[in-house]
Amino acid sequence: MTLTEWLRDPNPASRRQARLGQAWLAWLRLKRNPLAMAGLAIIVLLLVLAAFAPVLATHDPIAQNLQNRLQPPGSPGHWLGTDDFGRDIWSRIVYGARITLSVIALVAVTAPVLGLIIGTVAGYFGGWVDAVLMRVTDIFLAFPRLILALALVAVLGPGIENAVLAIALTAWPPYARVARAETLTVRNSDYIAAVRLQGAGPVRIIWGHIMPMCLPSVIIRVTLDMAGVILIAAGLGFLGLGAQPPLSEWGLMISAGRKYLFEQWWVATMPGLAIFIVSLGFNLLGDGLRDVLDPRSAGK
Amino acid sequence: MTLLSVENLRVTFDTEAGRVEAVRGVSFSLGRERLGIVGESGSGKTMTGRSVLRLIRPPGRIEADRMTFDGQDLMRLSEREMRALRGPRIAMVMQDPKYSLNPVLRVGDQLMEGLRQRDRLGRAAARAKAIAALEAVQIRDPERVMDAYPHELSGGMGQRVMIAMMLIPNPDLLIADEPTSALDVTVQAEVLRILDDLVRERGMGLIFISHDLRLVARFCDRVLVMYKGRVVEELAAADLLNARHPYTQGLLNCLPRIGGDRGPLPGLDRTAPWAQEA
Amino acid sequence: MALIEIDNLSVTFTAQGRQVRAVEGVSLSVPARESYGLVGESGSGKSTILRAICGLAPVSAGTIRIGGEVLRHDKAFVRRVQMVFQDPYASLHPRHTLDRTLSEPLAIHGLGDADRRVMQALEAVGLPTSFRFRYPHQLSGGQRQRVAIARALMLEPEIVLLDEPTSALDASVQAEVLNLLSRLRDERGLTFLMVSHDLAVIDHMCDRVLVMQHGRAVEELTRDALAGAQMKTDYARSLFEASADRMMG
Repeated sequence: MTLTEWLRDPNPASRRQARLGQAWLAWLRLKRNPLAMAGLAIIVLLLVLAAFAPVLATHDPIAQNLQNRLQPPGSPGHWLGTDDFGRDIWSRIVYGARITLSVIALVAVTAPVLGLIIGTVAGYFGGWVDAVLMRVTDIFLAFPRLILALALVAVLGPGIENAVLAIALTAWPPYARVARAETLTVRNSDYIAAVRLQGAGPVRIIWGHIMPMCLPSVIIRVTLDMAGVILIAAGLGFLGLGAQPPLSEWGLMISAGRKYLFEQWWVATMPGLAIFIVSLGFNLLGDGLRDVLDPRSAGK
Repeated sequence: MTLLSVENLRVTFDTEAGRVEAVRGVSFSLGRERLGIVGESGSGKTMTGRSVLRLIRPPGRIEADRMTFDGQDLMRLSEREMRALRGPRIAMVMQDPKYSLNPVLRVGDQLMEGLRQRDRLGRAAARAKAIAALEAVQIRDPERVMDAYPHELSGGMGQRVMIAMMLIPNPDLLIADEPTSALDVTVQAEVLRILDDLVRERGMGLIFISHDLRLVARFCDRVLVMYKGRVVEELAAADLLNARHPYTQGLLNCLPRIGGDRGPLPGLDRTAPWAQEA
Repeated sequence: MALIEIDNLSVTFTAQGRQVRAVEGVSLSVPARESYGLVGESGSGKSTILRAICGLAPVSAGTIRIGGEVLRHDKAFVRRVQMVFQDPYASLHPRHTLDRTLSEPLAIHGLGDADRRVMQALEAVGLPTSFRFRYPHQLSGGQRQRVAIARALMLEPEIVLLDEPTSALDASVQAEVLNLLSRLRDERGLTFLMVSHDLAVIDHMCDRVLVMQHGRAVEELTRDALAGAQMKTDYARSLFEASADRMMG
């Protein structure tokens, strides 16, 4: 039996085969959407750049070469030009992809997870548990990211880690809200009543029955949010609150290139384009995922 | 006099999972009489009803050798001409008034909408006609119902409003798709009686689509039994007990009866040749 | 001694400050191995009684006794009483395989030998064991309802509550499912408390039936009385006429 036949088998022989089969069908649906595939390609490219940075970069990203400063794109050896310290912009962008990726990864594993837990617990129990958790959520939602970042910088000193912390602490509330809304819908279903009637406790119900139903919305939200996260990290970097020089974080590169915007436009524009393309990639993929993961399309 | 004539109707859906043939070559004709179309889910009965009104959107396709209504070829009419037919000449009543009445408009406004736009009646004249229509479906306090919203009405009342609305323009043909399935048992009988009277009075043709064979047999003159997109049997309602096709017999016999014996109910033999997708 | 005893039960829901009396002062008693039906139209409160037994609806007055003991929703209770829900499209978790759905009750109660029990359960309801790792959306309505029945029987309860188990099914599928329920009931000596709006289904499956309207009990009939049309109340008679009406021939 070929792999495709195994995946499409209408009578899977194990839970793993069943799950992989469904994932395969979801992948086929996603493949049909050319824009989503474009978004996926961009993200794969980002991953490749980050993983193979030492191989793909042509120069050391922090090595300065003041005689070579502000060379335009197309100069020999520097296809995207050099910045005001003579550093190769392409190499800086490639290494900057690592920073971007680590920011995204850190935020993506903390904020949605926290939001999902808080949202499902609040939605399932209702009553005062719900009220308390939702008020906490509201407080964090109202917190201005910038002020929090400034505060963290003042206390802990500037750095990319503190920027990530500031972002993660303020990014989880929307996930809590989304998860709570889904939970409120799901908790009145017959299948939840059935498992309650079997004597299941709240932990089993929330973890095994409610969270799987919230996952699609959360996943879609994460993908779409990532574009925003990148921009915020870049913004913080731009303000000097996040990554510090000589790190080649894209936002920081734009900030440094501000001075040269009119004459040597490439110093700020190249990292700007990188941010734009990656954000676009996440948005396209997120939209495509919504069509695939929307429970309504995987219904009866 | 033949009102509607359908020959070799086919409805196909081109989905990503492949082609789905909902209706496979259905033919029938209808005069000013009552025709019942009976089938279970997936039989294609609803699609047949909607095809007459050409209410099927892509990816669905309607094809037929011939589909004529009162001499006009329905397959060749433009969308504009179809719109002129839908409502004034051919009307449709659907299953659940909760979903077929607009929840944000008052009943009166919905009833008068067609009259004012299509027939260009003034407000007072339209209101009078609407009230008369409500009285025709035996609603005792039509003034109150005119001002109510659909969710304020009971199921049976909502369905009667739906029927009133559809019958205002005095159509020649009424297609009723499971009109009483969402109603309580005692209310069903009443609504059917009202429908019966109206259809008789106005000499309309009626296509009654349902999953309930016995109900249809009681209410209609002729019955078409559908299974998996095809008509398996056509017979007069009075002859129902002499049905020949095993599927029809199976449908008749598989329902429990009050006072019947408590042994296992006869089911359908799904391995029989007629049950295969041919 | 009756297995199920309901005494003067009232269920009141509070919604937005208003109180809705879904059930008022209903009493009934079901001996072991009997099948008892609750019939009525929408809003009669029949399903609410089942939910009250399960702890899914708030009891405002009256008592429910199972096997002589006052109702307590603990693990012992769920091993005695299980429910089959009405809508086969809503009662199975859409993201769980059948295997997971059927083995979950075993896991909750620490019962081992899940493999064998799951296979046996599938066979008992007439489903091929190759369906074991399918998802609900890969099954038809009738097949899903079979799974729901199998799930209800995993813990080997004495009492099975059935909330309109066949209303959402086609007539031919309904016949198969009713036959399955009868067979399982006879094989395992189950006690049924079944709700339906269809008098014919109730007559076929139940020994006695309680007619309900607007939350109150109207009349209790034995099967013979129902078949012989010996109702005493007008409402029960109108229900009978509305369904017997269609029993032509």
